[in-house]
Amino acid sequence: MDLASARHIGAGLAMTGLIGAGAGLGILFGNYLQAAMRNPAAAASERVYLFLGMALAESMGIFGLVMGFLILFS
Amino acid sequence: MAAIQPMEQFLVRKVVPIEPVHVPGLGAIDLSITNSVLFMFIAAGLISLFFLLAARRQVVPGRMQAAAEMLYGMVDGVLTGGIIGDRGRPFLPFIFTLFLLIATLNVISLAPGGFSVTSQLAVTGALAVMTFTTVLVVGFLRNGFGFFKLFWPSSMHPVMALVLLPIELISFLVRPLTLAMRLFGNMLGGHVVTYMFGSFVVALGLWAIQTPGLARLGFVGSGVSFLMIVALMTLEFVVAFLQAFVFAALACVYLNEVVNLDHGH
Repeated sequence: MDLASARHIGAGLAMTGLIGAGAGLGILFGNYLQAAMRNPAAAASERVYLFLGMALAESMGIFGLVMGFLILFS
Repeated sequence: MAAIQPMEQFLVRKVVPIEPVHVPGLGAIDLSITNSVLFMFIAAGLISLFFLLAARRQVVPGRMQAAAEMLYGMVDGVLTGGIIGDRGRPFLPFIFTLFLLIATLNVISLAPGGFSVTSQLAVTGALAVMTFTTVLVVGFLRNGFGFFKLFWPSSMHPVMALVLLPIELISFLVRPLTLAMRLFGNMLGGHVVTYMFGSFVVALGLWAIQTPGLARLGFVGSGVSFLMIVALMTLEFVVAFLQAFVFAALACVYLNEVVNLDHGH
């Protein structure tokens, strides 16, 4: 296998990190909505933590994306 | 047809070349105005202009002043006030500047021909290291060597320290890295994805024009890609603000830990 094809396969494999980020975001927003439907009065106060959690969950996927770009372009 | 080069838009080019300055001990330093520097100037100018126009200090605010007050109130109420508490007031200028700078840089990078400054790891890294240094300096100034209580939860059994201490230490030291990578990756990813869909519009449209027969269906793909760009752009504007908010909020969370160390706030 030459370097170019190995690179593309590696970049594709690096993107599997997004599976976890997607599942995590789904769990996060699903649970937030569930909680917000049960107690709408408390929903607004928890929105900051929703976005914080979103950023933390998403960053793991972003690391995979950055690794993919690094493998492809460096 | 030009080859598809999604990373070409992130190249730093010199706009106004300036001769390298020789600093004793540091060597030659290139002070040229690059497109990255140019867009930082534009962002700084836009922010200054907005607040010059908005800060009329009227009791009944006009539209501009109301917008500026809303931004200020949001950062004061949700970020420094909401996360750190009353002791967070001294950090309001820092957090507010951080938020405004990142948000403006993100938004003007979405303009046609815009250069994405926050897609440069050097820029986001510098912002993250600045935040981290602030946390360290404030932590040591306020708590002295009590700062290290941060890694020692009050109710921890000494045996657990063997496991928890390394984890706490690593998760603390990796913060500037995650802070920088999050902003960098989000902006880079967003720009590359919009570029890819833009190249689909052109490539599929050209293919449909040049090839007769069933290839005319390429127009459908081209149109769908165009609609995707519209949707993605909307998402990118949300992300531009959200990432600035998240950066400022995480800076507040990290500051909160050292400012309210003795309170368990």
